[in-house]
Amino acid sequence: MGIITIAIISATYAIGIRYINEPEVVILIILILSVILLIITFIITQSFERLVEANRLKSEFVSIVSHQLRSPLSNIRWAIELLMSGRLGKIEEAQLDYFRILKDNSSRMSELARDLLIVSRIEQGKLPLNVQHISLVGLIKGLIADFQPFVQASNIEIVFESDDNIPDILTDPSQVKLIIENLLDNAVRYIKEKGKVEIKLKRKDDSLVFQIKDNGVGIPQTDQKYIFQKFFRSSNILKHQTQGTGLGLFITKAIAEKMGGEIKFKSEENKGTIFWFTFPIK
Amino acid sequence: MTVSCYLFPVLEKMQKIIFIEDESALQKTFGEILKQEGYEVISALDGETGIRLAKTQKPDLILLDLVLPKINGFDVLGQLKKDEETKEIPVIVLTNLEGAEDIDRVLELGATTYLVKENYSLEEVVEKVRQTLKRYSSL
Repeated sequence: MGIITIAIISATYAIGIRYINEPEVVILIILILSVILLIITFIITQSFERLVEANRLKSEFVSIVSHQLRSPLSNIRWAIELLMSGRLGKIEEAQLDYFRILKDNSSRMSELARDLLIVSRIEQGKLPLNVQHISLVGLIKGLIADFQPFVQASNIEIVFESDDNIPDILTDPSQVKLIIENLLDNAVRYIKEKGKVEIKLKRKDDSLVFQIKDNGVGIPQTDQKYIFQKFFRSSNILKHQTQGTGLGLFITKAIAEKMGGEIKFKSEENKGTIFWFTFPIK
Repeated sequence: MTVSCYLFPVLEKMQKIIFIEDESALQKTFGEILKQEGYEVISALDGETGIRLAKTQKPDLILLDLVLPKINGFDVLGQLKKDEETKEIPVIVLTNLEGAEDIDRVLELGATTYLVKENYSLEEVVEKVRQTLKRYSSL
């Protein structure tokens, strides 16, 4: 803004000197112009600061609300679990269906609150990195085990291959877990029928490359440039009415980049998707 | 419950749990399930009451939330572990805070277990209570 102001004043002086004989008039014009430019600069700067502050307040608000939502959501979930357990009396099958609806939807709300909290921390630059040495192979195997009940019920096979020379890495295990969990969740969630998810972990010089491939519904070409945006869900996903917050890939990309890594993908509708995530060993 | 509880029911003491949690809904839910499991549950809706009850009731276990009115759960834990009368009582922290620094601080203060509410089902928490009581009653 300062450079623009100087440029305008300089141009005004050059033009003024050329066409106006009285130097006092030129100086007066330059002075008036300077005052106007200062006022405009002040207004722009103020507006920008207000915008930054509004954005900060918005992130803080989302963070507080998301955090505050977690307690009542835990209360609801546990009360429903107690009711469904039959410990307070026999539940009829028809009633059990509605309790399942309550439980599933309270889980969806918890998931949304958790994701919103992570997003607000990313936007505020407050996502902490607690680094320690971890075995990525062990972490991936653990996640695959966690997903077994769902994949078995959905007739999906998960296959994992890794190179022999995968070292332990120095990173934040909870955040790496979040990245892989999001990608694995997307891979299994959007497979319509019997399907396969192939996970590969390879070493490439000073980096590790995590690849996950599925034969799910894929991402339409027209939607591909939007998939890392907040709340975006592909048109073909919405057609299948599968649930999700639309924040998973935004979070995944933000964390991957914060860790010095990179995330890419390739997808074809009705054929499947491959995601790659590279991150440095050191 | 041992054989003695059938022969001498009066002598077998119910294990006592103090639940320090300001959410009355959780007090009700956990109170109900823990009572059904055969435990005596004493409620404390704030830290000061929790500390006082811990000294007077001599519980076998304390379930402690961290976000509490008046004094927070970290300070409650600190005071319990400094006091000769209460320092040996195992404490399970049950909270929504999940930062690594909170977990480290709580474990350094002497809590037995740190459970993030969002990550556990009701039955899983009860199982942790059961395991902790079994471990500490055999010491």
